[in-house]
Amino acid sequence: MNKTIYLDNAATTKTAPEVVEAMLPYFTEYYGNPSSIYSLGAESKKAVTDARETIANTLHAATNEIYFTAGGSEADNWALKATADAYANKGKHIITSRIEHHAILHTCEYLQSKGFEITYVDVDENGILKLEELQKAIRPDTILISIMFANNEIGSIQPIKEIGAIAKEHGILFHTDAVQAFGQVPIDVEEYHIDMLSASGHKLNGPKGIGFLYIRKGVKIRSFVHGGQQERARRAGTENVTGIVGLSAAVKRAFSIMEEKTKKEIELRNYMITRIAAEVPYCRLNGDAEKRLPNNVNFSFRFVEGESLLIKLDIEGICASSGSACTSGSLDPSHVLLAIGLPHEIAHGSLRLTLSEENTKEEIDFVVDKIKEIVEYMRNMSPLYEDFNRKNGK
Amino acid sequence: MYSEKVMDHFNNPRNVGEIEEASGVGTVGNAKCGDIMRIYLDIDDNQIIRDCKFKTFGCGAAVATSSMATELVKGKSIREAMEVTNKAVMEALDGLPPVKVHCSLLAEEAIHAALWDYAEKNHIVIEGLSKPKSDIHEGEEEEKEEY
Repeated sequence: MNKTIYLDNAATTKTAPEVVEAMLPYFTEYYGNPSSIYSLGAESKKAVTDARETIANTLHAATNEIYFTAGGSEADNWALKATADAYANKGKHIITSRIEHHAILHTCEYLQSKGFEITYVDVDENGILKLEELQKAIRPDTILISIMFANNEIGSIQPIKEIGAIAKEHGILFHTDAVQAFGQVPIDVEEYHIDMLSASGHKLNGPKGIGFLYIRKGVKIRSFVHGGQQERARRAGTENVTGIVGLSAAVKRAFSIMEEKTKKEIELRNYMITRIAAEVPYCRLNGDAEKRLPNNVNFSFRFVEGESLLIKLDIEGICASSGSACTSGSLDPSHVLLAIGLPHEIAHGSLRLTLSEENTKEEIDFVVDKIKEIVEYMRNMSPLYEDFNRKNGK
Repeated sequence: MYSEKVMDHFNNPRNVGEIEEASGVGTVGNAKCGDIMRIYLDIDDNQIIRDCKFKTFGCGAAVATSSMATELVKGKSIREAMEVTNKAVMEALDGLPPVKVHCSLLAEEAIHAALWDYAEKNHIVIEGLSKPKSDIHEGEEEEKEEY
């Protein structure tokens, strides 16, 4: 077995050693319940409060605007369902995009089944939201706009500041799923007029099973879990103290290394994109070349199917992901790739590689060489490639 | 996710390629759903499949089932080849994950499509063989999420 080259950091990241170290005492030493009166409980409570403050500071938010959740999907569910519930009297129309994560899309489908109307705004061929379509979609009964900060598959960064301004101008709440963006790019909820924001710990070298929802003060939002007084009685249940401590440590780490990490990742990313584009025929870069997450590379290779490509890469020790149907358990390829206008057969041949600051140029060279080899091998086995060559007289 | 046999046939697929002037060629599936299988048959005057090759665009299971299907029909008579069902292909591969069962159906359909092509070219009727479906996923329904 080769050394593992991990290029799936958009799926999850390695928990940083300093994060694990920060968490450990809260399992065995400071194990008290934050709601307890005695000082052992107070230690846990302090850790939770400090974490809330750390996170709030990175977003330009107030401490009591951060609500811990079990992750990004829960935060997305909460933001949508609880807003819909609280604002149903004002209207039943919600605007989102075609390229959202399923945590948003499936929640929207659920709300639709409960009588809400959803408008899905299109994106351009680079996966950037069409602002004029967003403007047009707004109605008097629109209560919420939910647009992701950056896309998880193709890395496209959305015009969040403009969307925030539009939402504010119309007095509509604005939620953003920032699971991929938080800790990777600077976010200011004041400057961008964000009313709610979802984020997750394990995407930024924190632990899994912890995330948060930022809810601007004044936003009416219903309790998501009923029970105790935790999270201002909006999300009951004893706090995941170790997770919260880990999340906080990960946030501190991410923001202290952001500049350096971004620089390194962009350099590696662009190197990889340039090499693949130049050396693999019939490929297409998916997503915007500039407005793109620092660590995201996404290509479609014609005449090749994604799952086969992934298995071949896995044999070489390379971890990546694909938007092919076979990796999703349905027959349709990724909704994101279809939304940017790729035909089905090209969407099936997509490959996402998401880097970390730990990757090296040598690793990238190895991976690109393997991609070239495997794509050529698979094309020679592909009836689509055979037909293409025949049609072109080759 | 996949059995050792599936991985073996995916990594070292048997009978990849084309047969020039093949006795029968069948292509099934569609690119929309992410899998296309093409099978070439070389059938002698005694209706024995002398050679069989394939080309496949698809996932690991699609490649493995194509490879196994070609192995199962090679050297067989047409009558025997007709008995190579999707179940036989799956069993020979020590099973497939439930979401990949359609790949084995595709393999069966591809053999049938190639035999159909052969029968049409030679104006013969093969017992039990009907015109291949143009789309393997016809009539399949996706599971709906319930609230």
